[in-house]
Amino acid sequence: MIERLPTEPLILTLKLALWTTILLFVIGIPLSYYIAYTRNKFTLVLEALVALPLVLPPTVLGFYLLLLLSKEGPLGALWYSLFDKQLVFTFEGIVLASIIYSLPMMIHPLSAGFRSVPKNIIEASWTLGKSKLETLFRVILPNMKASILTGLVLSFAHTIGEFGVVLMVGGNIEGETRVVSIAIYDAVEAIDYGTAHIYAGILFLLSFITLAVLFAINRRWGH
Amino acid sequence: MSISKFLILLILFTLLNAKVSFGELIRVFAASDLQYALREIAQVYMKKYPEDRIELIFGSSGKGYAKIKQGAPYHIFFSADMDYVQRLYREGLIVTEPKPYAVGRIVVWTRKESPLDPSKFPEVLLQPNVKKIALANWEHAPYGKAGKEALEAYGVFEKVRSKIVLGENISQTASFVFSGSADIGIIALSLALAPKLQKRGKFWLIPEDKHSPLIQGYGITAEGSKLKNVRRFYDFISSKEARDIFIKYGFLLPGEKSADKKR
Repeated sequence: MIERLPTEPLILTLKLALWTTILLFVIGIPLSYYIAYTRNKFTLVLEALVALPLVLPPTVLGFYLLLLLSKEGPLGALWYSLFDKQLVFTFEGIVLASIIYSLPMMIHPLSAGFRSVPKNIIEASWTLGKSKLETLFRVILPNMKASILTGLVLSFAHTIGEFGVVLMVGGNIEGETRVVSIAIYDAVEAIDYGTAHIYAGILFLLSFITLAVLFAINRRWGH
Repeated sequence: MSISKFLILLILFTLLNAKVSFGELIRVFAASDLQYALREIAQVYMKKYPEDRIELIFGSSGKGYAKIKQGAPYHIFFSADMDYVQRLYREGLIVTEPKPYAVGRIVVWTRKESPLDPSKFPEVLLQPNVKKIALANWEHAPYGKAGKEALEAYGVFEKVRSKIVLGENISQTASFVFSGSADIGIIALSLALAPKLQKRGKFWLIPEDKHSPLIQGYGITAEGSKLKNVRRFYDFISSKEARDIFIKYGFLLPGEKSADKKR
């Protein structure tokens, strides 16, 4: 029985990784800015919280997210009342899960980037009458391009590699939450090694290329 | 803006909005002993009614039960026992009265080239060259529960306990033995009869009276009752065409005759 290899999981994975990366970037800039330039007990807590997904098993995140996103959960209930749609077992749900899961991949490079920009050029910009926002966009960010790219690439790659959290809050729904990593798991269980090989090979290559690009960027722009 | 930048943006934009959905979609969560039988039935059904698309999601029955309780949008639930369907029915998450569609059987399975002889069950499990025995997790997989009961009925469960590796569902359990990671295992007859496994393995059918009967039931979920074509697939399951496929995979309903008289 020869079955056509479904491309939906691949498209879905790329879509998930893109949305996650873009949203993470938008959240990441102010959050990393705050973490990099503020020193108090609260930032310490914040930094530890941001790094948590690195050390926690995906099952812990998955379990809490399941409670949070379900129809009775605080976030799920709010979402339901706003959009008349549940959050758990949907694409939106796994985007949210991925944002949390990949948070350190964006925040760490960005806050390191913010710290690497020489303080004197920031202060020079302020003394020249530029607002903080203008300084951010015209002085700080252009001076940390390598960090920004690292954050983007790592978040993207890390989301592609996501499995456990999506398995727990995704529900394995085709075209909605069945990403490639889950499709591979399914194929192996079904003893469909042909499909598993193709998907795994594609992921292997994609991740390899992504990381190679990352290292090339760092060599060119890094200090 | 250069053309390459424009193209990249265009690709990004297309991907961000990529919609991977289909027309009339019937989402089925099925116990993984149905991995091959239900796939075949769904194909026959889709050939007959091309306007419908059946999407199959396999896992242990206990997992399906938990996911439906958590709000997963599955339309039909095929459990490997009646219990999970009945519980969902009582909780109002399944709207049709639980209906049996098959009686499952378990087998002892090993690879063809293995020196082990499955028909020497249960003694074969005690041989020193058996290092790992695959069994489905009896906490949430009915086939695992039946396998455990059979081991207990033969009085070997405690003796082999340390050799047991647990599959998350019966299909994963089968893949443990199929890939050679486990030496021997207790899996569903329906999986052992799938061409892929039949070609690579040998098995022995465990007598029915060694475990409580695996009466498998199914039903339409509350979510599924909102779609009109779900009922059509639900009814198709008891049609002659579907029954023939079930029988081919060793799923006999009480009173039904096996296709192969030698067994």
